Amino acid sequence: MTETENKDMAKQQSSEVKKRERDADTANRPFVDIFEDTGGITLLADMPGVSRDHLKIEVDKDVLLVEGDARIDMPEHMEPLYADVRSTRYRRSFALSGELATDEIKASLKDGVLSVHIPKRAELRPRKIEVSVG
Amino acid sequence: MFANMTNFGGSLFDDFRRLEEEMDQLYGRWPLPAGIRSVARGTYPPLNVGATPELVDVYLFAAGLDPKTLDISIQQNLLMVSGERKAPKKEGSNYYRKERFDGPFRRLITLPDDVDPDQVEAHYRDGILQIQIKRSEASQPRQIEVK
Repeated sequence: MTETENKDMAKQQSSEVKKRERDADTANRPFVDIFEDTGGITLLADMPGVSRDHLKIEVDKDVLLVEGDARIDMPEHMEPLYADVRSTRYRRSFALSGELATDEIKASLKDGVLSVHIPKRAELRPRKIEVSVG
Repeated sequence: MFANMTNFGGSLFDDFRRLEEEMDQLYGRWPLPAGIRSVARGTYPPLNVGATPELVDVYLFAAGLDPKTLDISIQQNLLMVSGERKAPKKEGSNYYRKERFDGPFRRLITLPDDVDPDQVEAHYRDGILQIQIKRSEASQPRQIEVK
């Protein structure tokens, strides 16, 4: 590989990184509920307009990343009159802790609400300890 | 809760003024005060409005709604959408974050003057409520033939 090619590749990579950073900048931060019970942690995220095909859930080095693209059928040549929502992308990430079984994450999506369940590792789930009398 | 009760959506002009206010925060001072009917940022559900010469489209970003709770009405060019979004806390769980909206909501949207209140359609898909209102034909641009 020549030096120019190397440079070109480096340039391409850096522009891709920049694009990703820009996306992260403009993306909506979806509103979430996060709660824990004895079985694990559940995350609910509002991502209106996102269908299953345009949703990505990723765990990389204990970081859970939730990303989605809202697809909206709009007539051609539409002129915006008012906008609360400026981006059709959603993106938010969360750091997970070691007692969570990241390989057993389950997710579902209904009417734009994403539900992610992260169970605790079986050996770490709290156990009731019976006290025997006598 | 109070945010909903005081949420009497403003006219488009007020909304534009609000947009300008937001721009103002980004780019510098805007000399006009906020419209008295403009709503606070973050009012549920957020919405976008777009128009073509034939129709006006309102998109409400309202995930997890039961469409049966929705009440949509139009009076001349004033569109009112109300409903209830249920996102209650699950009992017996410890909450770390509770950001999702829970409760009744109501938004008023002032549409352009030439909409036809008899031609309104609403669809709910993937958490977006789309309301399409046709504009009256009389106000659409027409080609005038030179004789």
